[in-house]
Amino acid sequence: MKIVKISGLVLLIVFVVVQFVPTSLNQSDVIPPTDIMKTYDVPKQVEAIFKTSCYDCHSNNTNYPWYNKVQPMAWLLEDHINKGKEELDFSDFGSYSKRRQKSKLKSIRSQIEDDEMPLSSYTLIHRDAKLSESDKVMVVEWVNKIIDSL
Amino acid sequence: MRKLKVISGVFVTVLLTLTVVSCKEAKKESTIEKNANTEMHNAKDEHEEHSSSEMNNKDMESSGDMSNMGQDTSKVALIINNYLELKDALVADNEKEASKTGNELAISLKGFSIDEFNEAQQKELGEIIESAVEHAEHIAKSHMDHQREHFKGMSIDIKDMIAITGTPNTIYQMHCPMYDKGSIWLSASNEVENPFYGSKMLKCGKVQKEIN
Repeated sequence: MKIVKISGLVLLIVFVVVQFVPTSLNQSDVIPPTDIMKTYDVPKQVEAIFKTSCYDCHSNNTNYPWYNKVQPMAWLLEDHINKGKEELDFSDFGSYSKRRQKSKLKSIRSQIEDDEMPLSSYTLIHRDAKLSESDKVMVVEWVNKIIDSL
Repeated sequence: MRKLKVISGVFVTVLLTLTVVSCKEAKKESTIEKNANTEMHNAKDEHEEHSSSEMNNKDMESSGDMSNMGQDTSKVALIINNYLELKDALVADNEKEASKTGNELAISLKGFSIDEFNEAQQKELGEIIESAVEHAEHIAKSHMDHQREHFKGMSIDIKDMIAITGTPNTIYQMHCPMYDKGSIWLSASNEVENPFYGSKMLKCGKVQKEIN
């Protein structure tokens, strides 16, 4: 019994203590000139889809959920966002070489077509981020148009 | 006495946790630094290696008519070899082998030094290699469908690289009209063995070009 109590207490203390470890927020008020919205002519509807379904992890501006205030969730999110941006950062898209842009657009297309992105673990909580069939068609059509222009 | 023990135990645990957490962060940074350092060292070593091999091979290479077939011939050959191994793994529908060769290809691409090329070529090669490394790293960690998707981009990158660096051996540019609205791959032989479909459609495709 005592062991249970002590370990419970320890866990509680650890939980409280880790709340004070700071994490940096991935947020910015400025849209950089390298943002894909400024690099290409993106139709309003496609822009809306990108912003709701992709930008949380693939841009420099995340719309954080409430649980980002609680550790260790904040760490987990930070890690996800860093990895997401490493793969594809819409805020930085304009600085990619044309070759890389083309390859990224192709990956965007296949990830969307195969329902691999947005991640199901993400859409589970962010219901509005889930792409409908018509959303997918719209994005893929636009992506194809840009690929052909490159 | 007992209480004191418990309290000190708790303190030690908390301290330990904090240390572990902060150490982890610090360690991450130092590993990154270390990696960066090793990469720099590697680049340096390779460079030195090149210079000496360049001297030894000068006579042999002077016969080549390509302007930039100097010290990096062996590096180009290594990249092409790794690429061909990757191609063979995909032909054989071998996901594990493809992932292994993808890794090797990423390493040989990173080891390629572009210093000897002119400014425009350096820019182009830099972009090609950046893109090819990304493809190789994805191939290393993906399932076969994705490996093939990235192999398509990789093939274009390697083809464009060879257009600048030249190739020590004859390479055939093959074309598959079916995969993703038409895709190319490179092969050391003119026999069709399709890496995009493997055993499913091994003979689909044709020779498009011979690159010397």
